[in-house]
Amino acid sequence: MDNNIAKRIQSLRDRLTYLQDIFAGKHADNANLLEERLAAFTERARWAQLDDPYADIASLEDLFAYVERRLEDCITPMDKVRIVRHPQRVCLRDILENVYDNFTEVGGQDEHSLDPGMLIARAVITRRSGKKSHTQSVMVIGQEKGHGAEFRNGGSVKPWGNAKALQYMRVAETEGIPIHAYIFTPGSYPIEDYPGAAQQIARNIYGMAGLRVPVVAVISEGGSGGAEAIGLADKRLMLSHGYYSVISPEGAAAIEGRIKEGERATPELIEHCAEHLRITAQDNLAFGYIDRIVQEPPLGARPWHFDFFRHLRQEVIRATDEVIISTRRMPLLKSIALSRRRKADANLDEMHMGWGLSASAKERLRERRQQKFLRLSRQAACDRRPFWTKTATAFCDWLAKPWRTFKYDFYRKHQRQMRSMMEEVSNEWDLFRNRLLSPWRRLSHKLPGRAENAQAQLELTALSAWSGDGRKSKWNYISPRFKIDRTLTCPNSASYGCLDLWGPDLFAEFAGVCSHCGYHFPMEPEWYVKNVFDVGSVFEFNSEIEAGNPLDFPDFSARVAEAQQKTGSKSGCMTFEARIDGIKMVVAMLMGTFRGGSVGAAEGYKFVEAAQRAAKKRYPFLAYVHGTAGIRIQEGTHGVIQMPRCTVAVRRYIESGGLYMVLYDTNSFAGPLASFLGCSPYQFAVRSSNIGFAGPGVIKETTGMDIPPKYHRSYRALSRGHIQGIWDRRQIRANLKQALLTIGGRNLYYR
Amino acid sequence: MIDISALLDEIKASPYREIVIATPHTGRLTFAGLRTGDTVLGPQGQWKEKPGTQLATLERERNPKPICAPEKGEISNLYSELEGQFVEAGTPLAVLRHMLTREEVLRLILQKALHLFCAPERAKYYFTPEVDKKIRASDAHSVAVRDGMEILIMSRMKREVPLHYRGPDGVIYEVYFKYNENVDAGAPLIGVCPRDQLSAIQEVIMRVQTEWKDRG
Repeated sequence: MDNNIAKRIQSLRDRLTYLQDIFAGKHADNANLLEERLAAFTERARWAQLDDPYADIASLEDLFAYVERRLEDCITPMDKVRIVRHPQRVCLRDILENVYDNFTEVGGQDEHSLDPGMLIARAVITRRSGKKSHTQSVMVIGQEKGHGAEFRNGGSVKPWGNAKALQYMRVAETEGIPIHAYIFTPGSYPIEDYPGAAQQIARNIYGMAGLRVPVVAVISEGGSGGAEAIGLADKRLMLSHGYYSVISPEGAAAIEGRIKEGERATPELIEHCAEHLRITAQDNLAFGYIDRIVQEPPLGARPWHFDFFRHLRQEVIRATDEVIISTRRMPLLKSIALSRRRKADANLDEMHMGWGLSASAKERLRERRQQKFLRLSRQAACDRRPFWTKTATAFCDWLAKPWRTFKYDFYRKHQRQMRSMMEEVSNEWDLFRNRLLSPWRRLSHKLPGRAENAQAQLELTALSAWSGDGRKSKWNYISPRFKIDRTLTCPNSASYGCLDLWGPDLFAEFAGVCSHCGYHFPMEPEWYVKNVFDVGSVFEFNSEIEAGNPLDFPDFSARVAEAQQKTGSKSGCMTFEARIDGIKMVVAMLMGTFRGGSVGAAEGYKFVEAAQRAAKKRYPFLAYVHGTAGIRIQEGTHGVIQMPRCTVAVRRYIESGGLYMVLYDTNSFAGPLASFLGCSPYQFAVRSSNIGFAGPGVIKETTGMDIPPKYHRSYRALSRGHIQGIWDRRQIRANLKQALLTIGGRNLYYR
Repeated sequence: MIDISALLDEIKASPYREIVIATPHTGRLTFAGLRTGDTVLGPQGQWKEKPGTQLATLERERNPKPICAPEKGEISNLYSELEGQFVEAGTPLAVLRHMLTREEVLRLILQKALHLFCAPERAKYYFTPEVDKKIRASDAHSVAVRDGMEILIMSRMKREVPLHYRGPDGVIYEVYFKYNENVDAGAPLIGVCPRDQLSAIQEVIMRVQTEWKDRG
C-alpha cells in the first residue's frame, strides 16, 4: 500500500475513534457506517484492488467531513465536555507552534518544570505594514494538557504553577508586552502545600486586577478556580466547543445527587447537570462573561485543523489590537480603527499597530478592565430595592461627593494649618465673649437655688448602685440552643478527655466554647452581630438584594426560598455598618446558615456594594466569614464570575487607601477563599475553624490522595502563612478593636 | 530466668486477648444489633481516622454517644440483658476476643524475656561513641552491658548527660529509639537479655515468624 494512503487511513481512523469517544455511544449508526466504509477501503487498498485509491480516499474523507458536519448540530453540552478532555483536542503547544511565528518556552521544559501543567512562553508575531515587517512579542501563559501526557496532570495546576504564572505576568508587565492566556484546565490541583491552592489563586486574581499590560484570555476548558487564576482579562475569547463552568459536571452531579464517598453519579445525572449549568460558549456569551466566540471546525479543533489556527491567530491579534485601541482618547479615531479591524475580511497580519502603551494609557487600561468586571452579572441577582430607594441613594451619593472630597482630600491634607488657625480664632472669640458676658455672670452667680454640684450631692446622699453589674450575662445575645436541656460531647474529648458540656451553660455563658480544651462549637451569625459590635450600632443596608435562580436550575428556586424562610434573610451575605467602641466600619458577613454560605450573584453584588460604600465613606472594611462552602454551583458562571468581580472591588478599595480585614469562622472553602477573601493582607481566623480550597472528599476524588484528618485546620493555614492569627471567639471584639487601632493606625483609614 | 518455650506454648493455648468493653459513664444503653460471634473491626484508615464498628449507644442527658470497638475481633460475650437499661459507669457490656497477630505475639514474648531499660525523661538519646562504634561494626547483639556501665547520652536542648545502665548483665537485643528523635519519659530505650538466653530467644522468634498464622 502507498505510504500516503496509509497515513491518510490512519488519520481517518483517528477521526473515527475521536467521534466515537466524544459521543460516548450515541449516534452509533453513523459511526458504524464510517467504520464499515473505512474497513472496506482499507481491505481493498491492502490487496491493491483499487484503480484510483486517491480518488476513493478523497471521497471517503468527504463522507467523514459530511457526517461530522451533520453531527455538529446535535452536540450536547456533555459532548463538549468530552471534546475538551479528549487527547486529540488542540492544546497549548499546538497553538504556540501554529498561531505564533516563533516561541521560547521560559517556565521549564516538559516534565522538567516547576509544574509541567503550567506552560509559559515568550512568543512573537510578525506583522507587516506596507513593505516593512514588525515583530511583536507576547507572553503566552496557559495550562498544557499535553495530549494526555501523564506528567501534565491534565492541566490541573499546582499552587506553585500558578505562582510561576503570576511571576511571569509581572515580567510581562515590566517589559510592557501583552499577555495571552490560554485556559485549558479542568480546575486547580486542590492541595494545601505552600503557598496553598486557594491562597495562590487569590494572589493571581488580585495581581491580574491591576496589571498594566493588555491581557487576552482564550478559554477552551475553564474549570472554576484554575481558570480564574489566569483568566481576568481585558478580552475573553472562548473556543466554540469549549466550556467555562464553576465546577465539572461530575462534581456538580456528586453534590446534586448527594453522592457518598466511593459512589459514582449516574451518567444521566451528569448529563442533566451539564445541560443546566449552562457551560457552553454560546451561553456564556449571552451572559456577557466572554467577549467573543472563536468558531471551531465541526466536532472541535484538532491539531491538523490549520485553518482553525489561522483563524485563532487573527482573533487573538484582533482582540489585542482592540484592547490597545480602547485605551485611546480620541473617540472618532478609535471607532474608525475598531471598525477597520472588525471587518470580516480584514487581514490583521497586514495591519500593524504597536502594542506599547503610554503611562496614562496603562492607567486607562486598568480602569477599563476593573470597570468591565464590576459591571458583570448584576442582572443575575434580583434587586428588590424600590425605585425611590435607589434614586435616593444615588442622589445622596451625588450630594455627599463634594463634601467627602472636601473633607478627605482637602481638609485632611491641610488639617494642621486649619486647626491652628481655628484655634487662634476661637481663643480670640472666647476672650471677647467672656469680657462681654462678665457683668451678667456676676449677677447670675448671686441668685439663690443654683445647684452647682447636683451630681456630687446625689452621690453623697443616695444609696450606692451596682456598678459593672456582674449578675447580668456578659453576652447581649445568646444562642437559642441554650434552651435545650441536654449535654453535648466535645469532639476533642477522645484526645483531651473533655467532660460532657451542659447545653444551657455551653451556649449561654461559655459562648459555645468547650471549657476544658477550648474547642469552639459553631454559633449563629446573629451571635457575632450582636456580641461583637456595639449595641444598636448595626445598620443593615441592601437587604433587599435577593438570591435567585438565574439559570433556572431545576428545583433550585424552592430550595433558595426554603433557605430564605429558615434564616430570615434574603441572601447568604449580610452587609451592614457597625461600630466597635465608636470605631465605624462596614462589614460584609457570609452566613454559613444560608445554603452553606455559598456565594452567588446576589452575594457578590452585595459584597461589591459594601466595598464601594466603605471606600466612599472611608471606613475600614471587614469581611466576616461565618462560613462559606464556595461558589453556589447552581448559578454556574454567574457564581464563578464573582471571584474576579469581588476581587476587583477589593483591590480598588485597598488601593484607594482602605483597610480590608478578613475573619474566618467555622468552615471556609473554595472560590471565595481563592479570590476576594484570600487576597486580603490581613486575615484572621476564629479557633476551631477550617480553611482550605477543596474538602477532603473532593481531594480524594480528584487526586486520589488520602488526606490526614486535620488537614484543613486553621493552625495549618497559620503555619503556612495564609492567615495572620487565630482568635478566641470571646475575644473577637477586643482583638478586632486592637487590630483596627494598630493596623489602621491613629487615623484608622487614611494614609 | 523464664522459660520462653513454655511462654510460647501458653500463648498458643489461648492465642487471643480478651478485651472487656465497659461503659465510660452512666447512661441508658442501646445495643447496635450485633450478636455473639459477630466480627467487628477496629479503627480503620491510614491515620486510624475512621472509628471501629459501633457496638452500642450510651445516652446520658439526651446526649447519645457511640461505643465503638477498639480492636478487630470477635464478640465472645454480649450482655444483651442490659438493652435499654440504665447502667453505671464501668459496667461491662461486651467481651471482645482479639486474635493476636504475629507482631503482638513477638512483642509479648520480648516484653517478658527482655529487661527493658527505659528513658528517665523526654529527650533525644544517643549511644556513647564506643558503643556506637561497636554497633556499627557488627550489630547490637555484640554489645555486652553490665550494671553501672555508661551506655547512652541523653541530650536535651544541647545539654548532654551520660546515662548509666541499671539492670542485669547481658547483651543488647533490641534498640527501640531512633537517631535524632525525641523519646518520651518511660518509653523503652533498649532491651537487654542475658547472653545465655540469646540463642533461645532467637529460636523462639524464628518459630513465631514461621509458624504463627494470623487469624480472624
